[in-house]
Amino acid sequence: MTTNKKSSSNVNVETIERHQYDVVIVGAGGAGLRAAIAAADGQAKVAVISKSLLGKAHTVMAEGGVAASLGNVDADDSWDTHFYDTMKSGHFINNYEVVELYTKEVADRVLELESWGAVFDRTPVGKIMQRPFGAHSFRRLAHIGDRTGKELIRTLQYQVIHHSVDVFQEVTTTRLLLDKEGRTAGVFGYYREDGRFVIFQAKSVVLATGGFGKAYKVTSNSWESTGDGAAMAFQAGAELMDMEMVQFHPTGMVWPPGVRGLLVTEGVRGEGGLLYNSQHERFMLRYDPVLHELSSRDVVARSIYKENLAGRGTPHGGAWLDISHLPAAVVKSKLPGMYEQFLSLADVDITKEAFEVAPTTHYAMGGIRVEAATGATNIPGLFAAGEVACGLHGANRLGGNSLGDILVFGRRAGMAARAYADDHDQGDLMSGQMEDEAQRVLAPFSRTQGERPYQLMAELQEIMTNYAGMVRSRDTLETGLEQLKTLQERSTRMVISGSRAYNPGWHTIFDVQSMLVLGEAVIRGALAREESRGAHWRTDFPEELPEMGAWNFVHTFQEGTVVVRADPVPAMPDRLARLFESNQSPGILRKQQRAARRGGDS
Amino acid sequence: MSEEMVLSIYRGDANGGQEEEYRVPLETGMVVLDALHYVQAEAAPDLAVRWNCKAAHCGSCSAEVNGRPRLLCKTRLDQYVGQVVHIRPMHAFPIIKDLVTDVSSNYRVAKQIPAFQPRTPAPFTMYQRDVDRVQEFHRCIECFLCQDTCHVLRNHGGTDQYFGPRMMAKVAEWEMHPMDVADRRQFLKDVAGLPMCNVTRCCVDVCPEHIVITDNAIIPLKERVADQYWDPIRALFRRFHRPAEGAVPGAGSDVSSRA
Ligand SMILES: Cc1cc2nc3c(=O)[nH]c(=O)nc-3n(C[C@H](O)[C@H](O)[C@H](O)COP(=O)(O)OP(=O)(O)OC[C@H]3O[C@@H](n4cnc5c(N)ncnc54)[C@H](O)[C@@H]3O)c2cc1C
Ligand code: SF4
Ligand code: SF4
Ligand code: FES
Repeated sequence: MTTNKKSSSNVNVETIERHQYDVVIVGAGGAGLRAAIAAADGQAKVAVISKSLLGKAHTVMAEGGVAASLGNVDADDSWDTHFYDTMKSGHFINNYEVVELYTKEVADRVLELESWGAVFDRTPVGKIMQRPFGAHSFRRLAHIGDRTGKELIRTLQYQVIHHSVDVFQEVTTTRLLLDKEGRTAGVFGYYREDGRFVIFQAKSVVLATGGFGKAYKVTSNSWESTGDGAAMAFQAGAELMDMEMVQFHPTGMVWPPGVRGLLVTEGVRGEGGLLYNSQHERFMLRYDPVLHELSSRDVVARSIYKENLAGRGTPHGGAWLDISHLPAAVVKSKLPGMYEQFLSLADVDITKEAFEVAPTTHYAMGGIRVEAATGATNIPGLFAAGEVACGLHGANRLGGNSLGDILVFGRRAGMAARAYADDHDQGDLMSGQMEDEAQRVLAPFSRTQGERPYQLMAELQEIMTNYAGMVRSRDTLETGLEQLKTLQERSTRMVISGSRAYNPGWHTIFDVQSMLVLGEAVIRGALAREESRGAHWRTDFPEELPEMGAWNFVHTFQEGTVVVRADPVPAMPDRLARLFESNQSPGILRKQQRAARRGGDS
Repeated sequence: MSEEMVLSIYRGDANGGQEEEYRVPLETGMVVLDALHYVQAEAAPDLAVRWNCKAAHCGSCSAEVNGRPRLLCKTRLDQYVGQVVHIRPMHAFPIIKDLVTDVSSNYRVAKQIPAFQPRTPAPFTMYQRDVDRVQEFHRCIECFLCQDTCHVLRNHGGTDQYFGPRMMAKVAEWEMHPMDVADRRQFLKDVAGLPMCNVTRCCVDVCPEHIVITDNAIIPLKERVADQYWDPIRALFRRFHRPAEGAVPGAGSDVSSRA
């Protein structure tokens, strides 16, 4: 039946399949695909590699929409208002340069999708419809029902296959290859189909590998979100930043157990859904008297947690979310995916009854530190974009800003990688590096006993959830770190049986190893940030401290350990700082001033 | 509830294989994919099954459960209480290992579909009532269950002769886009093998997104092709309004299938 049972770990690297490209993009989510289109816009030879099939990446799950100040329903919206909202929600540790580029360009990126065949929901006058979302000043999210991510990835996927881009599906990369000067030279990986190795030589590499939400037990993230790209880059010398900032989305499914963590889109609240505690009180009126249910995600998630602490939680430890006051037809047309998801998986008809929700791990604000305009990392020839990178979201991501992020910065990283490839020669691969990697990757087959990958995965998720989750303190973090270190040590002894052909257990070994490295950075960052800010909540430092807001925590990997340092948050120039002089966003101010003028005229 | 379920899972590859039995405790709300994960964690870490989202969004986990093409993450296990649950890979695609098949032919043919070609660049003025019908096709998760079920693909060498229902939904999505100006009629007839479909509607029955592929995509496409090739007056009219390339009046078409 299955062949090559125990493969020898003496690999001759000369016989490994090799490809030569100008630009290699690792990841076929929105960021990777948009980067590929940008990189292929010319003569460059471009490949996209993805560990799953084309069109299946995590991006496909995004529901609510993409945030862009098109101003189609609220004409007062503008890039500066979007800038204001994003910086404010990020609690001002975002990189303002990234935010400025983003808010100025995202509308064009959305329209470009429309030119490529995406069909967003429409306004009565035939423009792209925009829906309200938490902490956005205006109705801003372009969407198609509650399946916007699918629209985005499908549109980009068909663009890519109609461009000259080679797509390698179900190839997992395990290591970034550098030349002897420390420049990017390619990536090493294997075909999942049969486990054979493959080397991609490249002048530049774009990492677009997504986040690491699978490090937690209750998560909305797909199987792929194991942080491989960030871990690979980090171990090769790239810097990580803001790793303590992990977003917990307030509304994940709670029951039945198999669906725990599955996302309930913020669109439910955007369309008018209300949150209640067990006493049928709309508790968000208390926690945020202005924005109510549409407060920012960190605030809503903590409020649900606090209601449970106070004994006002639901049977399975959450809150009730209710949209049944809307006409059933509206719910079904605006939230068809949610309607179907609850009906088929939980036997609940959301047009008729309230349902339980609780916080779920959702998004990594932290990641590889990059230059704003290009996505360049500190490793020459290495670029990063999308959830794997950091800078746009600061301490708390606004809903809809990730789908925009992957478009704007996927494109920018793709262009920059192409420009870099134009100006540089292919770096020489070092054969020792490839041999080491081949041996490391095959080692689990040569052990006859050792640790089981699925077991370690479960333990890792347990540690991160219990000690570095939504609620943290020095005590929990230190306990977590200690346990994680033990797990890291055990992880060097993982064992797998069977063949190299499509072996999920083998694959899990590298997932676990990636997340163990990143998990340590999360905990060390969380220990360093002695305050509460955005998604990062320390019960021993419950206040947001202005002096802490001046720093981003940056991680480097030195001889096997994670080293943390504080770098100053870049200061906004006056023209941007001025936007924050009043406690209102520029668009809302303009609207108020106009209303006042009109009032004065009459 | 700690009932035990018996799963009979196909284990094998291109060289052959057979079903093997595994026992799994039934939990409230469990789906078949949960049960397979239990088997991976407890008994067979190398059991191959494709999945990404476990939320019926990505279309990765297609397989056949008790003979019916289904998404493993959307198939509740409790409906099989008292039965053995047979889980096998999709039949219309070559097997890679266990429940994983080689679906690459779908991507190969997708590449050949003439892309969306808008009359002007965005922003477009389009009304909801005009896009309702194309948005149906945008629901597709590319699970390829319809491809798996289509007898043309199952019995006549996969996508070689007919691109299959998924691809017809994709063509319809672009053909019916209010701004599209490309002409895909000859492609449909001569390249994509549209005449091979005899509207048995099996594809519609298995679509987890409830897309009415036949009535809303295939039949209208067949009509477009038939119009072009059979009705000289309409063909002339069409050519007047938007230039059609390569219209060959009288060439063989498939009108019978419209019945
Ligand atoms: C349920 C849900 C709903 C969401 N809704 C919204 C929303 O409404 N609006 C919004 O803005 N954001 C939303 N988000 C967030 C957003 O979807 C993601 O942050 C975003 O899609 C990430 O895109 P990406 O391109 O960076 O990475 P991903 O889409 O995660 O893609 C990563 C790619 O990298 C590949 N990869 C990873 N590791 C390797 C490796 N080792 N080798 C080879 N390939 C590899 C994967 O195969 C994949 O192709 C949502 C997220 C979830 C989970
Ligand atoms: S209706 Fe056509 S496409 Fe659908 S299963 Fe039957 S023959 Fe295949
Ligand atoms: S049309 Fe339906 S069955 Fe076919 S691939 Fe799309 S979602 Fe799956
Ligand atoms: S795992 Fe995504 S559809 Fe089943």
